[in-house]
Amino acid sequence: MTKVKTQYNRRSFMKVSAAAGGGMLIGFSWFIGCTPVSKAEVLEIPKEWFDINGYIKIGDTGMVTIYSPNPEIGQNVKTSMPMIVAEELDVDWKNVVVEQAPLNTGFYQNQFAGGSLSIRLSWDALRAAGAAGRRMLLEAAAKEWGLNVSDLTANLGIIKENNGERTVTYGDIASKAVGIKIPEEVELKEISDFKIIGTSKKNVDGKKIVTGHPLFGLDFDREGMLLAMVEHAPAFGMKVKSFNEEEIKRMVGVKDAFIVDTTINEPAWSDVNAFPQLIAIVGDATWSLMQAKKALKVDWEVVGELENSELHLQRLEKAIENGEVEESRKDGDPDAAFKKAAKVIERTYSSPFLAHNTMEPMNFFANVTENSAELIGPTQTPEALETSVSKLLNMPIENITVNMTRIGGGFGRRLYVHFGVEAAAISKKIGAPVKLMYTREDDMTQGTYRPAYRSKYKAGLDENNNLIAFSVKGAGLPEGPVFPNRFPAGTVEHYVAEKIKGKTNVSTGAWRAPRSHFTAGAEQSFLDEVAELAGKDPIDFRLELFDRAINNPVGDKNDYEAERYAGVLKLVKEKSDWGATKPGVHRGVAAYFCHASYVAEVFDIVIEDGDPKVKKVWCAVDCGIVVNHDAAINMVQGGVIDGIGHAMYSQLTFTNGTTNEKNFDRYKLIRNSQVPEEIEVFFVKNETAPTGLGEPGLPPAVGALANALYKATGKRHYHQPFISEKTTAILG
Amino acid sequence: MSIFNLKVNGKEHQVEVDPTTPILWVLRDNLKLVGTKYGCGLSQCGSCTIHLSGIAVQSCLLPISSVGNQEITTIEGLSENGDHPVQKAWLEHDVPQCGYCQAGQIMTAAALLNNNPNPTDEEIENAMNLNICRCGTYLRIKQAIKTASTL
Ligand code: FES
Ligand code: FES
Repeated sequence: MTKVKTQYNRRSFMKVSAAAGGGMLIGFSWFIGCTPVSKAEVLEIPKEWFDINGYIKIGDTGMVTIYSPNPEIGQNVKTSMPMIVAEELDVDWKNVVVEQAPLNTGFYQNQFAGGSLSIRLSWDALRAAGAAGRRMLLEAAAKEWGLNVSDLTANLGIIKENNGERTVTYGDIASKAVGIKIPEEVELKEISDFKIIGTSKKNVDGKKIVTGHPLFGLDFDREGMLLAMVEHAPAFGMKVKSFNEEEIKRMVGVKDAFIVDTTINEPAWSDVNAFPQLIAIVGDATWSLMQAKKALKVDWEVVGELENSELHLQRLEKAIENGEVEESRKDGDPDAAFKKAAKVIERTYSSPFLAHNTMEPMNFFANVTENSAELIGPTQTPEALETSVSKLLNMPIENITVNMTRIGGGFGRRLYVHFGVEAAAISKKIGAPVKLMYTREDDMTQGTYRPAYRSKYKAGLDENNNLIAFSVKGAGLPEGPVFPNRFPAGTVEHYVAEKIKGKTNVSTGAWRAPRSHFTAGAEQSFLDEVAELAGKDPIDFRLELFDRAINNPVGDKNDYEAERYAGVLKLVKEKSDWGATKPGVHRGVAAYFCHASYVAEVFDIVIEDGDPKVKKVWCAVDCGIVVNHDAAINMVQGGVIDGIGHAMYSQLTFTNGTTNEKNFDRYKLIRNSQVPEEIEVFFVKNETAPTGLGEPGLPPAVGALANALYKATGKRHYHQPFISEKTTAILG
Repeated sequence: MSIFNLKVNGKEHQVEVDPTTPILWVLRDNLKLVGTKYGCGLSQCGSCTIHLSGIAVQSCLLPISSVGNQEITTIEGLSENGDHPVQKAWLEHDVPQCGYCQAGQIMTAAALLNNNPNPTDEEIENAMNLNICRCGTYLRIKQAIKTASTL
C-alpha cells in the first residue's frame, strides 16, 4: 500500500465546513443519486448530514455527498473527481451525490480548469481525501467496539469486524466520526483494487441537463437581481469617449446606463482585456437591454492602429524572417547539414485567429456591497477572479466569495476574468445584485482569441533517405507556436527551432491545447511529406525517429518520453490495421504529445459525391490511468471533432481593427453532418498517474486530417481553414 | 408593452412585455423557464429550440406577438419526469459534455422523431444540422437518436 501525507489543516477544514454545511450557496439543491436507478434502490434522503472532511459529508441514511473542487467546463471533472474520492472512501457510487465546492483557497488546491490539469494535479489530494474519510470512519467504529482499526475492514460503505459478526454502515457511524482528528498520513488502495476508477460512470448532472434544470451561469437568478449588458469598442485600437446616455436611460426597461472603467492595477495574465472601458446598461429584461444596445450612439476614439488581415500576414512573414526569438534550441550544425543534404524540402503552414465561441456566452453574477463581494458564475479560474475583484474594489480577499456554476464550455476562454470583474464593477456602481450577460456578438468580437500563427519547416535527407537536418521557425501574433524541445527534437543530429514573437493589438489567450493545436497540424503534415520524399511509410518513418530518441537521443532536454510516443503509434497502427489497403479509402496518420499525454490518430477519408468525407477515426491514447472510461472516450471524440472543425471551417478575419465574423452566420463551426461516422478510442493500459485529457485529443486530428485529405485529393493543405484553400475539400 | 396570454407546457400564463420580445426571453426572463438557452440570437445555433404546436422552432427570433394561442413546449415540459424516449436515450449514451446545447438538441431530435419515427442517417443529419454543439458531441447525438427511435 502507498502511504501519503494528507494536506489538511484543521483551520481551513473548519472554514470549508461552514461554507458547505449551510447548503450549497448557489441554491441549486437537488438529490439525484449518481446512477439512475429505480426508486426502490435509492437511499432515503438523510435528515442529518455529518461533515467528515471538507470533501465528504455523510448522511444518517448512508448517502454520501462529495464536493467537487474544480470548475466543470464539460471536461467531466464534476463526475471524475468525486469518483476518485469515492474510490478511496470505498462507497457504493449509487449512494453518492455530488456538489460543486465553492472557491476555498485555504482548503482545496488548484481550483482551476486549464492545461488539462484538474485530475493530474489533484489525483493525490482526492485519493487522500477519500482515504482520510475511510480511516476516520474506521476509527470511529473501532472506538465504539473497543477494537483497533486493523481489526476492521471497510467495503462499499459498510464496516465489518474481521473476527466477528458486527457490522456498521457509514451512515450509522458518521456522527461519531465527526471531530475525529484527520489522520496525518493515510493508506491508499492498490491500483489493482480499484472498483470505481477505470469504470464508466454517467455524468452526475446528466438528468438535470436533459430536463433543462438551471445549472449554468446564465440560468442563475436571485430575488431583486438586475440584468446588465455592456458595449465594448467596435475595433481593437478604439475606446469609448461618450454616448447618448440620457436617451438610453429614458428607454423602456432601462434603469441605468453609464461608462465603467475596469482597469486593474498590476494586472495578472488572466486580466487580458482589450476593452477595459465599457458602456454598461442595466435593466430588468434582456430584450430591453438588447434594444438599448442597438439604440446606442457612441463617440468612439481611435487610440491605436486599426489592423487588418493583410497586415497580420505581412507581420507574420516578416517575423519569420527576422522577428524577435522568444525561445530556441539548436543541436549540431543545421546550416552545414542542409548544404550537404541530398534532398531538402521546405514548407510553410499557417492558421488564422480563432474565437473560443463557448456555447454559453460570457456572463457573471455579482453582488457588491460596501464591504463584501459575492460572485457566482462560469469561471475556469475562480482564484484569479477573486484576486482581480479584490484589486478592482480595493477590498480584502477575505470579504470576497466566488462560487462556480456549471460552465457552458471553456476551451480556455474563461481562464480570463474580465467579465466577472465587469459584473463586480457594475454591481458596485448601481449598488444592487446584477447578472451581466454578453450577446454572441459581444462574445465573438471581444478578443482573447487564439493567436494567428505561421511556421516554416525545412528538412534535409541524406542519400540513404535518413533525416539529418530539421529546422522550424514559427511566429505568432503575439506569441510563437513552437515548442523547441518537443519531438522531433532529440531525433535529428542537426536541429534548430525558433519560437518568434509578432506584434498585434488584438487581444489573445489560451485556446484548447494552446500552440499545440497548430504545431501538431503543421509538423505532422510536414513529416508526412518528408516521409513521402524519403519513400517511407509515415508510421515507420516516425518510429525510426523514435528509435533514435530511445537508443541515442540528441541532447538531454527532450520534452517527451519516446517509448510512450512510439507506443501510441504502434497501438493505432495495430487497431486501424494500417497498411491494409481498402479500395476508395484514403488514410492519414498523426501523433502528438501535449499536456503530458500521448495521442496518435488514423483518419480514413472516402470521396462521396465528389467531396472528401472522414469516414472513420482511430485514436490511441496514453494518458496514464483513465478515471471515467466512457467519459474519457467522449472527451477524445470531442477533441477530434473540434480539431477537424476548426482546421476545416473556422477563421476570424480583420478589417480596420474589427472582425468580419461576429456571429455563427459568418463564423463557421462544424455541424452534425460534417463529423466522422465513427471515432474509436483505445487507451494504453498502465499504472501511471493520470495526465491530461481535455486537450490532447485535438492536436493530432489536424495533422491526420490534412494527411488523409492529401491521399484523397492529391493536394496538400498548408493554410487553415482548409475549406478556403479553394479545393473541393468540403467535408460532408 | 402589451399583455399576452401564452400556453406553455400545458399551463396558461399572462405576461406584459414589448410585443417584439422573442419567446426565448419571455421564457427565460418572465416565466423563469431557463432550460431553453441563448446561443446566438440569430437562428444559427439551435440552442433556443422549442416546440410550437409540435414543430421545432428557434425561439430567439420568434416575437411573442406572432405566437397567438399556439401551444409552446419547452425542455421542461417535454416529459413529466425526464423520461421522454429522447431524454432516456441521451442519458443512456451519456451525450453531454458541457451540456449547454443539449436542451436545444433534444428538442430538435424529439420533433424529428415525432414526424419521422425511423429517420435515416441523412435525415438525422439534415435535421440536426440546425444545432451547433461546440463540444463536439455530434456522434453521440446521432447514436442517441437512433436508440430513441427504438424506445
Ligand atoms: S439562440 Fe436561437 S438559434 Fe441560436
Ligand atoms: S455539450 Fe457543450 S455545446 Fe454541446
